Amino acid sequence: MSSGASHHTSQHPKQVALQSLDPRVNRLGIPSELSDFAPKPLQDEWEPYEVFWRERPGEQPVHVGTVRAPDPEMALVFAKENYCRRGQTYSLWVVRTADIHTFHPAEIDIFETAPGKMYREPDAYKVVQKILRLKRGRQHDQEAKSTS
Amino acid sequence: MRPGSGIVPAVKDLLYRMADDALILGHRHSEWTGLGPVLEEDIAFSSIAQDKIGHAYALYQLLHELGEPEPDRIAFFRDAPQFRCCHLVEYPNGGYDFSLMRHFLYDVAEQCRYHLLESSRYEPLAQLARKVRGEIKYHVFHATQWVLHLGARGTEESHQRMQQALEQVFPLALGIFEPTEYDDLLAAASIFPGERPLQDRWLETIVPLIEQATLRLPALEAVVPAYGGRCGIHTEYLQPLLDEMGEVIRSEPEAEW
Repeated sequence: MSSGASHHTSQHPKQVALQSLDPRVNRLGIPSELSDFAPKPLQDEWEPYEVFWRERPGEQPVHVGTVRAPDPEMALVFAKENYCRRGQTYSLWVVRTADIHTFHPAEIDIFETAPGKMYREPDAYKVVQKILRLKRGRQHDQEAKSTS
Repeated sequence: MRPGSGIVPAVKDLLYRMADDALILGHRHSEWTGLGPVLEEDIAFSSIAQDKIGHAYALYQLLHELGEPEPDRIAFFRDAPQFRCCHLVEYPNGGYDFSLMRHFLYDVAEQCRYHLLESSRYEPLAQLARKVRGEIKYHVFHATQWVLHLGARGTEESHQRMQQALEQVFPLALGIFEPTEYDDLLAAASIFPGERPLQDRWLETIVPLIEQATLRLPALEAVVPAYGGRCGIHTEYLQPLLDEMGEVIRSEPEAEW
């Protein structure tokens, strides 16, 4: 039976093939001079998805980045290996970027509050979150020490 | 399992077949690194390649415990006739259609095999089967989504190329299940039920998925399985791969890394 490989051959037989230390590149037979390189036509782009990751139960999901994919299943395929291949993961979400509703950048002054209302600003909560994060960090360090 | 008992050569043969498949396919997959179709896929597929090499390493480690040389020595210093991999894993990557279809048919078989091994009487292999379960689950998910997408949700061209790839890869994939002289012995010792039951399970799993991908599986009777690999008879593609894979380590075998 014939090989599955449709062996790559140079489009420019007269030109010298590009030489590389990487044997895979040599096998491609890419011409060393790429003068007549026509720009490629724009193809249909995959949609962006936002990726949210949760390390362990009880933690907040964290936005870790984006992937482009043709559908939600493929977005999960890519997100899993791009964002969870190292370390621990408890759950992973993908959301079509277009499905996230937000304010227009020109409208962000909507978040401004009038000054002089210290009594409304819950500073204490921020401190509590910081302490919790510190405690968790210390716990992780101790766990890491005890396992190494 | 006592060393020296009659079952040891049978277990070693099973381990060599599995490990050599994983090593060679891992190497083929890794040849896509940096050349993959899109960045996310390049990373995912390279990561799968690394997992495969890791599985091969774990299996070579078991062989080492049974008295075979160190994993690096087994992996990099044998020549083609000593390898027990099937022809499927040896073929050059060709297009991404071929690589994906090979990945799909191989990984479903591997998942079925490890699933059967979870209850093996050879405890080290049963333990390994439980350890790699999650990784292989992802490999199968990755492969299945691609095949479904390009088969049923892609374009006419993607459908046609996946169909062509399936026809090319199917006879090669049947070579995974080449019967060996040890099958009965392994089954009698409750170590592994054998290649024939594995092939039946594999077919039961892939048939509905291929249907879902709107592809047509060639008729089993009309296909000649690519046998030979399990007895050391290989395609012309294996030795050049081994030469390239071992080039650096063979140039200075005693070097400390």
